[in-house]
Amino acid sequence: GPTADSSARRAPIGKILVANRGEIACRIMKTARRLGLRCVAVYSEADKNSLHVAMADEAICIGPPSAKSSYLNAAAIVDASVRTQANAIHPGYGFLSENAQFAELCKQEGITFIGPPVNAIRAMGDKSESKTLMSAAGVPVVPGYHGQEQNASFLKSQADIIGYPVIIKATQGGGGKGMKIVIKSEDFLENLYSAQREALTSFGDQRVLVEKYILEPRHIEVQVFGDQHGNVVHLFERDCSVQRRHQKIIEEAPAPNINSSFRDQIGQAAVNAAKAVGYFSAGTVEFIVDSVTKDFYFMEMNTRLQVEHPVTEMITSQDLVEWQIRVAAGEPLPCRQNDLSILGHSFEARIYAENIESGFLPAAGVLHHFRPPDASSTVRVETGVNQGDAVSIYYDPMIAKLVVWGYNRSAALLKLHDCLSKFQISGIPTNIGFLKTLSQHPAFSSGEVGTHFIDRYKSSLLCPVPEEIRLKQVKLSAALAACCVCVKDITKDKACSDVSSSTAGRGWASLHGFRLNHELECRVVLNHGQEGDLEMSVAFCKDGSCEVKVQESDNTTTVQMKLDQSNESAFTATIDGVTSYISSSFYKKDCVDYVDIWFNDNHHEFLLVKQVVDAETRDIEPSGFQSSQKAKTGMHPLGVHAPMAGRLVRVLVQNGAKVNKDDPLLILEAMKMEHVVRAPRDGFIKGLALDGVQHVKDNSMLLIVDDHQES
Amino acid sequence: FLITSLFQDFSRGLSSLDDGLNILHDPVDTSSASYVNNHNAMQSLVSELRQCVTKVLEGGGNKAVERHKARKKLLPRDRISHLLDPSSPFLELSQLAGHQLYDEPLPSGGIVTGVGSIHGKLCMLVANDATVKGGTYYPITVKKHLRAQEIAAQCNLPCIYLVDSGGANLPRQANVFPDRDHFGRIFYNQARMSEAGIPQIALVLGSCTAGGAYVPAMADESVIVTGNGTIFLAGPPLVKAATGEEVTAEELGGASLHCKESGVSDHFAHDEMHALAIGRKIVKNLHLAGFPHKGTGFVQNLAGVREPLYDAEELRGIVPIDKHQSYDIRSIISRIVDGSEFDEFKKLYGTTLVTGFARIYGQPVGILGNNGILFTESALKGAHFIELCAQRHIPLVFLQNITGFMVGARSEASGIAKAGAKMVMAVSCAKVPKITVIVGGSFGAGNYGMCGRAYSPNFLFMWPNSRISVMGGAQAAGVLAPLEKEKRKREGSAWNPEEEEKFKAKVVDAYEQEGSPYYSTARLWDDGIIDPADTRKVLGLSLSACMGVPPQPTAYGVFRM
Repeated sequence: GPTADSSARRAPIGKILVANRGEIACRIMKTARRLGLRCVAVYSEADKNSLHVAMADEAICIGPPSAKSSYLNAAAIVDASVRTQANAIHPGYGFLSENAQFAELCKQEGITFIGPPVNAIRAMGDKSESKTLMSAAGVPVVPGYHGQEQNASFLKSQADIIGYPVIIKATQGGGGKGMKIVIKSEDFLENLYSAQREALTSFGDQRVLVEKYILEPRHIEVQVFGDQHGNVVHLFERDCSVQRRHQKIIEEAPAPNINSSFRDQIGQAAVNAAKAVGYFSAGTVEFIVDSVTKDFYFMEMNTRLQVEHPVTEMITSQDLVEWQIRVAAGEPLPCRQNDLSILGHSFEARIYAENIESGFLPAAGVLHHFRPPDASSTVRVETGVNQGDAVSIYYDPMIAKLVVWGYNRSAALLKLHDCLSKFQISGIPTNIGFLKTLSQHPAFSSGEVGTHFIDRYKSSLLCPVPEEIRLKQVKLSAALAACCVCVKDITKDKACSDVSSSTAGRGWASLHGFRLNHELECRVVLNHGQEGDLEMSVAFCKDGSCEVKVQESDNTTTVQMKLDQSNESAFTATIDGVTSYISSSFYKKDCVDYVDIWFNDNHHEFLLVKQVVDAETRDIEPSGFQSSQKAKTGMHPLGVHAPMAGRLVRVLVQNGAKVNKDDPLLILEAMKMEHVVRAPRDGFIKGLALDGVQHVKDNSMLLIVDDHQES
Repeated sequence: FLITSLFQDFSRGLSSLDDGLNILHDPVDTSSASYVNNHNAMQSLVSELRQCVTKVLEGGGNKAVERHKARKKLLPRDRISHLLDPSSPFLELSQLAGHQLYDEPLPSGGIVTGVGSIHGKLCMLVANDATVKGGTYYPITVKKHLRAQEIAAQCNLPCIYLVDSGGANLPRQANVFPDRDHFGRIFYNQARMSEAGIPQIALVLGSCTAGGAYVPAMADESVIVTGNGTIFLAGPPLVKAATGEEVTAEELGGASLHCKESGVSDHFAHDEMHALAIGRKIVKNLHLAGFPHKGTGFVQNLAGVREPLYDAEELRGIVPIDKHQSYDIRSIISRIVDGSEFDEFKKLYGTTLVTGFARIYGQPVGILGNNGILFTESALKGAHFIELCAQRHIPLVFLQNITGFMVGARSEASGIAKAGAKMVMAVSCAKVPKITVIVGGSFGAGNYGMCGRAYSPNFLFMWPNSRISVMGGAQAAGVLAPLEKEKRKREGSAWNPEEEEKFKAKVVDAYEQEGSPYYSTARLWDDGIIDPADTRKVLGLSLSACMGVPPQPTAYGVFRM
């Protein structure tokens, strides 16, 4: 159109700097490559060896690990772009993607910002301003206070007017950070302060807004796209209702259980919202939908590519990154609204490094084994890691996104579950098992989605199978693990096994467990986190297999495995006469051998218990023997331990203070989320030696809550 | 014509000329009546063997074992399994030593010995069984201990002694203490092996009293378990009797004393597992690579392992029940060598002895197997073949199924005595590893020519169907009966045919009993009875165990020509 902005006439995009990391950086580069564009990666010191760096044509280090001094360092990124003569920057999501100043800086340097216009970012970035704008444009908004007045008592009075429950959000926020729900008036101030602190650390701005909190909400968002010629289309909606800790874990398109007139209405509302701010490039208009009344309210607009954009791509067969690049280059949209239609159904599951049992706390560590399912035309695995990479404490703990497509919702769901079963990660806890349960949950299958879904079905999601069945599965997996240990000889000292080939000869290497005129039985002790030590007796049979008998109350299951299997991690085992394929991984962490088994939809992790380790760590003169449990974990029985690695934000108690069970003791921050550490029991604080801002290690002892005041 | 010859030249290049020529094709009909009968007969012999072994695995009985375990001690075979590389093989020797030898049971002769791998290094393990008569040394215990040391010295294997013994069995001291091959020889051997650079390591897991105290004391390196391990020349009762001093066993010779004060032991272990772990670490740090011949030894062009074409299980069905019935020894060879490939030497000459080259678990071997009575030609062929293997440093495997050398005028005239002597000379002098398996009869001078016990093969094993004696029982009766008849005649007492038959039956019975593999193995005339189906495995392990010795030049004495 005639209103085309000056950037449309600039030199064509030839080289793109991707100002991001992880899976999204890799995903952007894939499309850029396909279009024949060169890619520049930027990375922090922590990401030197990461996949997005390896994928790029050129790469530049932009600072130390902390995001603030690297991926949020606008000057360093623009400088990198100038040095590599990249004439366009794609910001991905998060970091600087919705930072208007950064977009402005790019413009000043003559670099094409692959994203929306600066004024749209600014207008939508301010939660309060955007709602005022939307109201004016006739888009329905949730009642709330979005003003500039940030006085605590004033905000509280506004909340009282709106009526509880209310939600407090960072004005500049997104992604659940700095969000607090307040159920009753008395709790408002404590939550307000916490929200302000998180807002300040995450966005450098502590302003918040207060809104009505809808009790039975669904989160439906519409993908919109505009060009620099005034055209705006929507690419239908996504349902992102299933969330934990206010973060999405499973998304789908289209939204289930809505009719086409609702789809048209919400789509049109989203297009109107985009047009109201002169939007171009990819954007997402988020609505909160009252499941009961089907009323929808504008919540916010994300002026960037979303994490979950692939589900839209899967059902529309479009490449949104390509669209972004073409629009940024001044081209008109490749499609008009009438050209777009929905084909089939798509799910995205976000694979996180997190500890489900301890309440979805983020985890960090090395991916000792990483084997995603095979990609195909209906399966996409978006990731920025390889086996052996670390999930660091500095950034988001998302490991990968699994995106699947099916001709309808139930077909897609079946595919999702199948792919999750084949997604193998060991070394750090993940939410894969949880996602698998979720994908098979009857309520989820029937399309009953809502933001409270996980809370509502918590018990059935966390303990999906009855105790005795679970125990049986663990025992069977332990038997398989014991066989794998014998087949792999993982206990062998690798440094010395080279010698064996030259001196002991091939007979000794190939005749596993040979004994003259009898059979060797080996005791293998495997520790399973929940079940403790499981003792397995492995018999080495004459026919060259090893065998474990799993005793159940009244029947015995026989597990057999051939000893001469040379494959890295895939074995075949015969379980009561049925041959099955088993996947396994072996790795050493802190001098301990771990065995992971994937079998029949189950994944179990075991630790190989060695008896001698204990004795070796003792002093030469035994002075009171430690119990093996204590020696293993090094945990103080009365200690309060860090639930994860993180940064100490505030200490709320002092040594000697009396506390009651569940009183807040201190506040940790990890992965940009605050976690309150509470008292495990009534007692007195002792041994507290933490102060100010410092890092604490996972499982490190923070303090002791003792029954006695002084000992 | 020219085109044809050109074409032949081309086709020759596609596969080597000798490809597949050496395969012993020997399918057997496993459903035939004779196979089934043979198999059943051998199966019952194997079952009997396994029953005997199961019995000795229990050690000195339930009560003794429970008492032993209550003191946090493991049984000797469990100790060994923990000491060895996880799930690696263990070649146990003379499991049934002491079998029905004394008027009381002495399972495995009270001691467990064998070869196993620790950090990839093959070692000789010698473990006392304290549940059997307190681990004291009976005459056969001494013999078995010395035999293990003999193998270790012959094969350059580090020795690990898992000591838990009350020393010499006092009531039997006359048959245990004084002679050359008695108790004292154990320490003499330790000294001589240490001198030769063969490591001697002792793990003291129980008592080491009197003479036994010298096992750790003579060792290069020793470990002692606190609480259970004690080393002293005389125990508390004897000390009190001798000097009036009253001390506890722990004060007198416990781990703290020997590690902190006396220096009799080098490593302090908190428990058995710890001691075994230290034992592994000691072997890891032997650094035998420093001795060029000890690190690599007799390693030669090892090929990849290929299983035989035929199931080892079929070995049980090949040997006829009727000992007089002959069978082709190649049927056994085809089931124990890699790929069933056997390059036969002098196939058409002296056909009662089969000779040829093969590989077992990739290791080249020369095999000699009997296919009937040894004639002059067979003996000459054997001597020739042994010379070949000695020249080329190829280990020898003897498969004995021999009733002896041919007798008779023609045979004597052909000089069978000197032909046999040539074979015996060659066997005695060939300095290559030798392993003998008695798969059938082992009678007379045939035993000598085919490397019987007296010819110091590195290992000698027997099948459960085998028989060993100077001649067959019937033949012996045939020789003895006329002599007895003559004697009676001189004494004037009549000998009726009934008495003669009784006399003959007695001789046959005695030969039958004394010729049994159990009688042999109980007395350590061999290194163990094995299941025919395990022959290949046992040979593979034994051969590897012999490979730690560098090739040696062979010289012979005077061959009578």
